[in-house]
Amino acid sequence: MTTPLLPDQESDVPERGPEFEQPQDNSFVVWVLRILSALVVPLVLIVFFFSFQFLKDDDVNKIVQVTVAVIVGVIGVWALYWGMDRLVNLLPERPASGVRPFVFVGPALVFLSFYLVYPAINTTILAFRDRNGEGFVGFDNFVTLFTESQYLTGIRNSVVWVLVVPAVAVVFGLGFATLADKMGKRAESISKSLIFLPMAISFVGASVVWLFVYGFRPEGFGNQIGLLNGIMVGLGQDPVNWLQQQPWNNFMLMVILVWLQVGFSMVILSSAIKGVPDVLLEAARIDGANEWQVFRKVTFPTISSTVVVVWTTVLITTWKVFDIVWVMTGGRDGTQVVAQQMVQEFFTNLNDGLGAALAVVLFIAVIPILVINVRRFQAQEAQR
Amino acid sequence: MTTTTETPTVTASPKREGGRFSKWPVYLSVWIIVTLWIIPALGLFINSLRDPGLVRESGWWTIFGSILDPATWTLENYRVVLQEGFGNAFANTLAVTIPAVVIPITIAAFAAYAFSWMTFPGRNLLFVIVVGLMVVPLQMALIPILRIYTTFDVTGTFPAVWLAHAGFGLPLAIYLLRNYMGSLPASIIESAKIDGASHWAIFVRLIIPLSVPVLASFAIFQFLWVWNDYLVALVFLGIDPSVRVLTVELADLAGRGEGAFSLLPAAAFVTMILPLVVFFSLQRFFVRGLTAGSVKG
Repeated sequence: MTTPLLPDQESDVPERGPEFEQPQDNSFVVWVLRILSALVVPLVLIVFFFSFQFLKDDDVNKIVQVTVAVIVGVIGVWALYWGMDRLVNLLPERPASGVRPFVFVGPALVFLSFYLVYPAINTTILAFRDRNGEGFVGFDNFVTLFTESQYLTGIRNSVVWVLVVPAVAVVFGLGFATLADKMGKRAESISKSLIFLPMAISFVGASVVWLFVYGFRPEGFGNQIGLLNGIMVGLGQDPVNWLQQQPWNNFMLMVILVWLQVGFSMVILSSAIKGVPDVLLEAARIDGANEWQVFRKVTFPTISSTVVVVWTTVLITTWKVFDIVWVMTGGRDGTQVVAQQMVQEFFTNLNDGLGAALAVVLFIAVIPILVINVRRFQAQEAQR
Repeated sequence: MTTTTETPTVTASPKREGGRFSKWPVYLSVWIIVTLWIIPALGLFINSLRDPGLVRESGWWTIFGSILDPATWTLENYRVVLQEGFGNAFANTLAVTIPAVVIPITIAAFAAYAFSWMTFPGRNLLFVIVVGLMVVPLQMALIPILRIYTTFDVTGTFPAVWLAHAGFGLPLAIYLLRNYMGSLPASIIESAKIDGASHWAIFVRLIIPLSVPVLASFAIFQFLWVWNDYLVALVFLGIDPSVRVLTVELADLAGRGEGAFSLLPAAAFVTMILPLVVFFSLQRFFVRGLTAGSVKG
């Protein structure tokens, strides 16, 4: 235990990672082999899945379909990777070590290119084309978005959503985590589970839950079966058609997302709060700080980076909210948001150009977060 | 850290300070919040078990007058709902979800190994692109993929949805698995190399068994994501009753208005039952998976 630390110059440069591999062959032939080895697995998967008629046939037993898919998706894919690895073994050692990484990483890159990179580029191009995605229309789609009132309302609503929902979710989550932290272990765990529970259900399911809260029947059409109007009637008030009260109906919808997201925010922030060293809290208390001061001066500064992460995460979810609006109001009565209008335009109205322009608006708005994420990742990597 | 136990401290944790007695405001407010939080779901659950006529007639809170009356309660709604498409939709959702979880995990595991333990040109740049792709909204991918699917006439087939979910899930999967695999000690991999193990052998015999926790976390996250997904299933699988999934079926029922109100609660719980079972049985892994995957785009 008392070994003095010896100055060790070499240990400053830790030798980790795959540096011990040989210098690689980057010749033209190797590149061709790399690309080929990347394409094999995805192509075989796609050809297999789409050429077998029985996988498309609704009459075939689904259990058979799923079993085949899982067998192919697991055993088949593993066998393909294994076969590719064997093939690479046949190469001489230097080209083999150059090609092998692409056997491992290549199929994923092909999938990413096909399902995310190519569509992102293509959507950007489509945003400058007409409703069939053919004629070039310049900035017309964007002009429509930023001049016609229904789209401006959508953008305004989306902005309000991202201002309100993340803030409320973080404040509620933080408040609840702080309160629950002061409870006994068992009570804390049960109460947190119940707050967290809505995270497990779909946005569509949550919307149905809240249909029975906001439900409205005009007078003379039977008893109120929505909870809020039940309370209104119980208090001797007239029932209110909550989902048509502009602009408040937007906030009614936001409540649903808050209900879903507080659990997430609470769980993450709770673990951050538990990570605040007891020594710091005790020191502050001994110095005479009350609980609010302890929270504001010690706890909060310590967990502020977690707060930022939770905030941006909920923000991205909120910005892309679609299901809730789609199911609850269909975007009527001034409740439209950008993500829902995007689906509405390309899927219902079959206007690919305008839909693509809305998707581009969604994407451009998250670019700052994308950049921050990449920067944060690079900073983490620099510390490894 | 091990030598600080000489003086046993009485007030070990700040949690205990003040004792239970002075904490009743905390307990009271927490339980009030929790009650408010679960009332909407609880009301729906009560409605799902009520006689269909009663659901249309009165609010669920009126049961407290007749809570012991057997005529109040019935499983009829569940029976009707399961016969009217939700049984079939449940099977469809399973058919979509299982392959859509399994396929991306395999592909991502290989890629994550390459990103952590192999050298190849462009490795760092490609990984940064993966990190960036996590935030790209799904909406950016819908139109072009649907156009391609329509050209090849594969819209409305299960494989179309499996591969789409696999593609959309990959950035997060690669990111999570790579962070985990990359933090495994280099020494074990190097010593395996010195013993003559190939990359394949190291991956299959060492890395995969060591990565089971992160594979499970991602599997749970992807399961919930796909099971609860509405958008991808709506666009690529569609509303045809023979293939549509639970969320699409439920949204359709909700769109039918008041006439369907007596069936909606039971239908909603049919869509929720499996995620709730996962939630209660695997809560610890569930939280881990969810928190790890929370940045998905």
